[in-house]
Amino acid sequence: MKASHISSVLRRHMTVYTKLYLSSIALNFAEPILYLAAFGIGLGAFVQQIDGMPYLNFIAPGIIASSATFGAVYECTYGTYVRMFFQKTFDAILATPVSLYELVAAELIWGALKSAFYGSIIMLVLALFGLLPSALILFAIPVLFLSGLLFASLSMIVAAVVPGIESFNYFYTLFMTPLFLFSGIFFPLTGLPPFVEKIALFSPLHHLVTACRALANGQTGGVFADVLWITAALVLVIPWPFRLMRKKLIK
Amino acid sequence: MDVITAHALTKKYGDFFAVNGIDFAITQGECFGFLGPNGAGKTTTMKMISCFLPPSSGDLHVFDMSVCEKPSEIKARLGVMPQEDNLDPDLNIIENLIVYAGYFGIGKREAKLRAVELLKFIELSERKRTPIKDLSGGMKRRLMLVRALMNNPEIIMLDEPTTGLDPASRHSVWDRMNELKFNSTTLLLTTHYIEEAERLCDRVAIMDRGRIVAIDTPRTLMITYGGNLEDVYLKLTGRRLEG
Repeated sequence: MKASHISSVLRRHMTVYTKLYLSSIALNFAEPILYLAAFGIGLGAFVQQIDGMPYLNFIAPGIIASSATFGAVYECTYGTYVRMFFQKTFDAILATPVSLYELVAAELIWGALKSAFYGSIIMLVLALFGLLPSALILFAIPVLFLSGLLFASLSMIVAAVVPGIESFNYFYTLFMTPLFLFSGIFFPLTGLPPFVEKIALFSPLHHLVTACRALANGQTGGVFADVLWITAALVLVIPWPFRLMRKKLIK
Repeated sequence: MDVITAHALTKKYGDFFAVNGIDFAITQGECFGFLGPNGAGKTTTMKMISCFLPPSSGDLHVFDMSVCEKPSEIKARLGVMPQEDNLDPDLNIIENLIVYAGYFGIGKREAKLRAVELLKFIELSERKRTPIKDLSGGMKRRLMLVRALMNNPEIIMLDEPTTGLDPASRHSVWDRMNELKFNSTTLLLTTHYIEEAERLCDRVAIMDRGRIVAIDTPRTLMITYGGNLEDVYLKLTGRRLEG
């Protein structure tokens, strides 16, 4: 793999992004504010404190983690699929010196960059609301990139195996939504029945949320274990988008 | 000097032979055409040459390099114009050319100069910033043609360059191809239009059901088998090419 080939594809994505989507960046600011209004102020009126912190402070790091994650997931499910099949962008790129593996690597890195970027925007908004007491939260940005790579890989596996674009619904409904709801974003997992809690410990999003929450509160104790968990999962998962995309595209 | 050589080249899907043991050699500077109906194996052959599909068996060398071993090095020296429109719809005309050149490691400044020059060649200079969706079919083909020229390729591969175009657009694409022939670039094209093969090709390979049934200059083929290329095709395969 050549870095110059990967970066040429990244530059293509960057050109498209700055041209078409940067104007919609205000929406990325709006999203966390909506969450804060609904859950923090609405629900928070009934829930005073969780784990010894105000409810808004409890959910803030989780919102960073989930928005970042969905940024990578959208990019490498719908985004990748549209480029691959509808726009035939992959075919055009593969006629150049860029190889399939370099192209897949660029897609994954782009997904991870979006995860880190979206997470950083939300971090900024939440910090302005005074919901992130510790500056250690800045260390979450590389973690968001790492987990972004993991989720980009999972998403590209799905993009490589679905028979059609509508099949992504299964992935979102059966995988992403449960992950979003049961990863300790809105309530601590300790409140769940023990077996559900055990299952939830296998959620990669849960480990990201825990890491972000610890950093936001200036703690570093458990962060290493969470990052290690995410890294291990990434090592296991990352060969598959390459293998499956190869199987899908090179017949 | 041969720039492409194929021996017993085969592409198989299960029991089906898309390309069935073909041999050919393409010389530098010639315009070589694969002539045949849909499903004859022309596009599959092109895709193997452009390192997009791995051959099932046989031997295929481009610039004396095996397509299995040096795909990236080979692709760097090819210009590929595919059958399907795969221009980047998120980018306008000139961005398409610049981004595409980027995949070849050509910097933005150099790419811009080259793009401007090539857009003159296809008379789209005035529409540099036009989105792809606003282009006619003929303009898209011309743009795909010059996109394939951005890296100054030594071989240009054109898969059905004028299929689906109206006569005026077809002639406009042919004019450009003729100009490329003058520069003695090696051209490789597939077509199912007799006229296209007769007008442009120095040599043609007549393909039928995955095999090459004849390979020679259009003139020699017509003298050997009698009639025009259409008649030659009919005699060799027992079928009509068009219609």
